[in-house]
Amino acid sequence: MSRLEVAGLAFGYHGRAVGRDVSFALEGGEVMCLLGPNGGGKTTLFRTILGLLSPLGGTVVIDGESLAGWSRPRLARVLGYVPQAQLGVFPFTVREVVLMGRTAHIGPFATPSRRDVALAEATLEALGVAHLAERPYTEVSGGERQMTLVARALAQEPRVLVMDEPTASLDFGNQVRVLSRVRELAARGIAVILSTHDPDQAFLCADRVALLHAGRLAHLGPTAEVVTPATLRETYGVDVDVVTLTREGRPVRVCVPSLERSKA
Amino acid sequence: MADETLSALALSVRVAVLATLANAVVGIPLAYLLARRRFRGRALLDLLVTLPLVLPPTVTGYYLIVLLGRRGWLGAPVYAATGWSITFTWYAAVMAATVMALPLLVRTARAAIESVDRDLEKAAWTLGRSEWRTALEVTLPLARNGILAGLVLAFARALGEFGATLMLAGNIPGKTATVPLAIYTAVQTGEETTALALVAILTALSCVVLVIAGRLGARAA
Repeated sequence: MSRLEVAGLAFGYHGRAVGRDVSFALEGGEVMCLLGPNGGGKTTLFRTILGLLSPLGGTVVIDGESLAGWSRPRLARVLGYVPQAQLGVFPFTVREVVLMGRTAHIGPFATPSRRDVALAEATLEALGVAHLAERPYTEVSGGERQMTLVARALAQEPRVLVMDEPTASLDFGNQVRVLSRVRELAARGIAVILSTHDPDQAFLCADRVALLHAGRLAHLGPTAEVVTPATLRETYGVDVDVVTLTREGRPVRVCVPSLERSKA
Repeated sequence: MADETLSALALSVRVAVLATLANAVVGIPLAYLLARRRFRGRALLDLLVTLPLVLPPTVTGYYLIVLLGRRGWLGAPVYAATGWSITFTWYAAVMAATVMALPLLVRTARAAIESVDRDLEKAAWTLGRSEWRTALEVTLPLARNGILAGLVLAFARALGEFGATLMLAGNIPGKTATVPLAIYTAVQTGEETTALALVAILTALSCVVLVIAGRLGARAA
């Protein structure tokens, strides 16, 4: 199990900070949900954690070691990334896309081994999309593309997984299916951080929530403590009731916005 | 055709081919660096590479003499150590053609590289490909047609190079006199038929090259 630690991180583009003073730690087996309004810096924070942007200050640490200066192959063996499902440019088959997750494990100038192919197949199987293996990535549905990207990240065998709005543009059924996979990943010991626009999803799958507002971590803590009518009002400027239901003897929270009270 | 006409043709082709190869080796990495990296001295490097495009070729040739001539900054130590100087050899013609053609390749290839979607490179990075392997396996293949068009233009420029070649390599028949120089000599000495034949050959070659570059450019767009 691995531990991701973000300490005093300042991030942005071309030396201009979008966010600063972001600190949190994430343990293997834990799911953290990153909430916050559009333009609050969620994607920029993720890009900085992934090393696609250099931090303007602070550090990203995994298992006590700063990621600064790590080679791409080494980084990719530890840190996986599920981007928002895009249309795709090249008509690779779903199996080939998943096999690309093995890139960091395959030696220079080698081709994927039988074991790599078997692992890709097994990952597709585990996510329930094995029937897509031969289909071109550019022709499957949005939900199937998102599952393919999750499978690709799993084939990478990362210890920390960063998911950027994995449920965006998915229909309701696929959103629920992706979130249930997220819980399974955590159960395997992976540390998962995902961003979403829907606080209900945090109630469904997250152990903790980080609320990123105007480039700062406004709130950080257990989901039930962070996602409250007060913080949602503060962050999104709308009025929300948080209602607790009981399902199979256990409490489940949901957000119910008030359209009347949110008008102003 | 006279021996000197044939040797001018052979020399021109050899010089243009070698200058194009040198351009590929130097120019493609330069185009990648200018397109994708931010570093100190980038603007200066860009300026130096582009300058031969706007300077009179004789001025570029003069700088090459200052740099590589027997008493030049680099040329003098080489001459002192080996007794050899590049000036007035056919290598000098290759050098002059390389420098004169470089901006055409670098500018074309750079534009092609800049048009490659950066998200595709980042996808390769997050999957664990190093930057240089991503450049080799993702960026450059996607920019291929633009780079090839640049190489074709560089070849055409190298084939037609006159001023800088005359400055650095001289106009020695059978040794450094490429087709453009042989044409000049033929006109000066009144050998009208030789001049006409060489002009026709060079025009035809240039037309072919432009058509190829145009097709590659259309495919790149």
